[in-house]
Amino acid sequence: MEALPKWADAVLVPLISIVIAFAISALVILAIGENPLEAMRLMVEGAIASTYGWGYTLFYATNFIFTGLAVAVAFHAGLFNIGGEGQATLGGLGVALVLLNVAWPHWTVALAAAVLGAMAFGALWALVPAWLQAKRGSHIVITTIMFNFIAAALLNYLLVNVLKPAGQMDPATARFAAATVVPKLAHILGAVGIPFNPRTPANIALVLALVAAFLVWILLWHTRLGYQVRAFGKSEPAARYAGISPVRITLWAMLISGGLAGLMTVNTVMGEAQRLVMNVSEGAGFIGIAVALMGRSHPVGVVLAALLFGFLYQGGAELEFWTSITRELIVVIQALVILFTGALDEMVRAPLARLFVAIRGRR
Amino acid sequence: MEAGRATSGPGGRPDTAAPAIELRGISKAFGPVQANRAISVRVARGTIHGIVGENGAGKSTLMSILYGFYRADEGEILINGARVAIPDSEAAIRAGIGMVFQHFKLVENFTVLENIILGAEEGRLLAPSLARAREELARLARDYELQVEPDAVIEELSVGHQQRVEILKALYRKADILILDEPTGVLTPAEADHLFRILANLRAEGKTIVLITHKLREIMAATDSVSVMRRGEMVATLRTADTSPEELAELMVGRKVLLEVEKAPATPGRPVLEIDDLRVTDRKGVERLKGISLAVRAGEILGIAGVAGNGQSELLEVLGGYARGRGRVRMNGAEIDLSGRHADGQTRRAAGIAHVPEDRQRLGLIMDFAAWENIAFGYHHDSLYQRGALLMDNRRIREDARGKLGRFDVRPPDPWLAAKRFSGGNQQKLVLAREIERSPDLLLVGQPTRGVDIGAIEFIHRRLIALRDAGKAILLVSVELDEILSLADRIAVMFDGRIMGERLPEATDERELGLMMAGVVPGAEREAG
Amino acid sequence: MTLMQSLLGAAATVALTAGAALAEPGLVIDMGGKFDKSFNEAAWRGAERWKAETGGSYRDIEMQQEAQREQFVRRMVDAGSNPIVVLGFQNMATLEKVAPDYPDTRFALIDGVVDLPNVRSIIFAEHEGSYLVGLLAAMASKSGTVGFVGGMDVPLIRKFGCGYAQGVLAANPNAKIIANFTGTTPAAWADPVKGGEIARSQIDQGADVVYAAAGATGIGVLQAAADAGVYSIGVDSNQNHLHPGSVLTSMLKRVDNATYEVFKAGPAVETGIVVMDLAAGGVGWALDENNAALITDAMKAKVAEAEAAIIAGTLKVHDYMSDDSCPAITF
Repeated sequence: MEALPKWADAVLVPLISIVIAFAISALVILAIGENPLEAMRLMVEGAIASTYGWGYTLFYATNFIFTGLAVAVAFHAGLFNIGGEGQATLGGLGVALVLLNVAWPHWTVALAAAVLGAMAFGALWALVPAWLQAKRGSHIVITTIMFNFIAAALLNYLLVNVLKPAGQMDPATARFAAATVVPKLAHILGAVGIPFNPRTPANIALVLALVAAFLVWILLWHTRLGYQVRAFGKSEPAARYAGISPVRITLWAMLISGGLAGLMTVNTVMGEAQRLVMNVSEGAGFIGIAVALMGRSHPVGVVLAALLFGFLYQGGAELEFWTSITRELIVVIQALVILFTGALDEMVRAPLARLFVAIRGRR
Repeated sequence: MEAGRATSGPGGRPDTAAPAIELRGISKAFGPVQANRAISVRVARGTIHGIVGENGAGKSTLMSILYGFYRADEGEILINGARVAIPDSEAAIRAGIGMVFQHFKLVENFTVLENIILGAEEGRLLAPSLARAREELARLARDYELQVEPDAVIEELSVGHQQRVEILKALYRKADILILDEPTGVLTPAEADHLFRILANLRAEGKTIVLITHKLREIMAATDSVSVMRRGEMVATLRTADTSPEELAELMVGRKVLLEVEKAPATPGRPVLEIDDLRVTDRKGVERLKGISLAVRAGEILGIAGVAGNGQSELLEVLGGYARGRGRVRMNGAEIDLSGRHADGQTRRAAGIAHVPEDRQRLGLIMDFAAWENIAFGYHHDSLYQRGALLMDNRRIREDARGKLGRFDVRPPDPWLAAKRFSGGNQQKLVLAREIERSPDLLLVGQPTRGVDIGAIEFIHRRLIALRDAGKAILLVSVELDEILSLADRIAVMFDGRIMGERLPEATDERELGLMMAGVVPGAEREAG
Repeated sequence: MTLMQSLLGAAATVALTAGAALAEPGLVIDMGGKFDKSFNEAAWRGAERWKAETGGSYRDIEMQQEAQREQFVRRMVDAGSNPIVVLGFQNMATLEKVAPDYPDTRFALIDGVVDLPNVRSIIFAEHEGSYLVGLLAAMASKSGTVGFVGGMDVPLIRKFGCGYAQGVLAANPNAKIIANFTGTTPAAWADPVKGGEIARSQIDQGADVVYAAAGATGIGVLQAAADAGVYSIGVDSNQNHLHPGSVLTSMLKRVDNATYEVFKAGPAVETGIVVMDLAAGGVGWALDENNAALITDAMKAKVAEAEAAIIAGTLKVHDYMSDDSCPAITF
């Protein structure tokens, strides 16, 4: 649809989609006998009215920025990477191995090493499906989703049989050394005089995520590799004509995508849990798909969409805590937002385009 | 509408009866673009009426309104003197209008008969419909030279026969008015002649035909009257007998155009490209090139004539570096790797081969990319475009693009505009600007003026001649015989993956080339000797 | 900036002090859901029993995210709950981290040990209870083959399986035990469909008693057994009523009692390690009108004998988690 101006496509369509999703959610809440306005107030208050809420909202958003960027980079290469879960799982393993096996003198070095570990493991986990796609034509949607299961099984095996300290019942690694504890957002903000709730998990990984978003922007629009990735994603035949190797670009795009998904665990494993537990990715890999769709695969859009989903996660938790709205219903609300912003936005776009044409016609 | 049909009997009385089609003040806008502006035209019953105009002049929009794909913002449509509303194509069919699209709308794995009754089945069982259709088909074939094997599967038919099926479909639905959109684009000259015979037969039966084409020769040969469209307006409607191709071209473009390409005789130099026994086998294991041997010299244009699908595309793909082949190809004396393993489009460009592909929208451009991004396409490794080891110098590329757009008269000359927003001609100029400005030793050009308007064709032809005159070699592939005849210094005809022979343009004609394109070599002794 | 600061500060204060006046008990439920008809539901039932008896009120919340482990426990404290019962061994790390921050609040962890002054660690001797139902399974089996369907493959569940296997072999040294786990992710706790499939496969291999230690997944196991006309054994809660005549018995893990006792004791609840073993009535097997006809007097006698021996200390059932190995079965 050419009729829609760019700003309307980027801002108005998602906004209207969100409003519709919330309106339907309100009806659902009404139907079970709760007050939707009160529910909305609880969500907003719980998620963004205090630094406590922000601390969690930003923590979740950090995960979604990483996984959203991962999906977005693959999208630009025309690849549908739904293996963010598995790549994050392996990324977590990378972080844990790096932090457990070396006595890091300071958190800065540890952080750098953990970043490399997370990226390397996540990237390698994406490399196999990428290779199968590029060389053998095995569909990447199938292979990446299968690799999610393999990753979960692998991590489970390693935690239960190898990494779990003797005598510990919980299938998790030992806690990382105290020297590897990264500063929380509260410490960073505190250093510049902004009070922030220190008991929230948001940490320096948020900064890392924003840097990653910026670097992805540079990569896609200012590097030769990004140029080739985008060209390949738009048209494979044209890319071949231009001498862009489909194999090379597929591998690179997936390596970067997997690395970004893996980076998520710097936030969860290193920044929050300080040990590796079984359920590393917690669906953030899948949420990343919705985030990338909603953010139009642009880093700025991804950051904004990630914030929205962070809000939904934290606001949803608060809603569950203070009302009798069960967590299943909160999942329904989150799903509605994904449905409308990710899958059904054409439903909004087409009428909106007609409206714009009508307005212009009258002028 | 039925009443309207009753007032004028079959055969019609052209002077007294109402016109078969009358459009009054049709306007249609898409957003800010006025595609049709107050268009009025009358097409007399039992005539062939041509509509010409450049790409984007509004021909297709107008016909889409007539066929119910779009609704006009203003104006009315009269069929046989009666006002009709055509909200959808079903209504168009009820009003007796049939349409043959440029891209056929046939179900590839259905038989001819099944395609013909598709959407016009009667009753729940297919058998009676099929039987009736078979009978009707035999009658139509008899009456109009429209022979097609009813039980043949569409994908096994030639393009010309597929087109006949489209016409039969329309006639089976009792169409009195037949609209054909660029019907000869995919046909051999012989097939095109046959089509015009069919159209003449239909006219004799009292059918009304609207022919949309950009080929002025066809207008002159086949139509009774012609309308010219320019920028959404109907600028003239003329009796064909009273006009000339030059006048029509001028009306279309709005200024005088040279239809003949002016060029000096070629002064060929050393061979630049030498092809020896080149073979290509496609993925299905079918051999598409069966031993091609050719040479292109510096300062000459070698034209490859042939009906689409006879191996020309494969030839360009192999030479362009994005398909594999066997055999020997030398560029400036150095052998080129055809295995596809170590060489690609990049190494071809480094060897001095530039390539304007046949399908610019699918291959030559990234349609969603801005013009400036497309200017770097294929040349993204150019050191001029780099900033440091990793970054691209986007500003530099945009500057370069601005210059190239200006020199090739790409309109609008806006480097930020996405490729898809340019007209076909300007897209082609964008590709040409990118490839020609590299001053390659060899330029591969496929269908340089397909879907390009007359004004741009003139420009493109001049640039190709200029490149030749600068001492570069050009391999030109085109299905337009006119183009080959007027541009090429030497002509090779391809049929079924082979070169049927070479001719000099001044020593041959369309008839001979047409036969060769169909696989017949007239005076085969010349080949033997 | 300063306005922003004070706003944020004020908001944080409000959030932290909201509802601090109330001192009601809290229940933090682990992932898997409140109504799993098993472990979580048992705890909830204990809480509800306390509510019905005392007329008091309590707050409960279910976790969905790893990060919420800490968040929800803190939120409970913020909301003024005391004492707070936290379910699941996976929350050991949670309490290790959170409990020291709130010395005035008392926590009770079920299924794990945290050595902190304000934490009551409640562990169960599931191997002992599983041993007893293993005896019953072997005696009820006609084919001599019995099955075990575990949830997620973790040491705790192997502890169930190991005790069960020891009981089976004690009653029938020639018995064959088929042991499977539903999965390797937490999803294995809530996958009744897969549970049913595994049970059917075990039944196809000749098992005519199937013991499910798999949370909500067990519902599918019990259903499959009932459909195939063989016996099943429930877990944690008394599940005999789910398929009367088919559920042979249930291995009771009195999470309800443990929860109830904490709630009843209130903020003054004793801390330290509490072992809910057979002797303490923490584990056992269910006998009610739904399965009375299935348990013969001989079976009762044999089990009673074993119970007495275990309590007396003359019979030691091996605990898988003591050395991560099992003498009776290899997983």
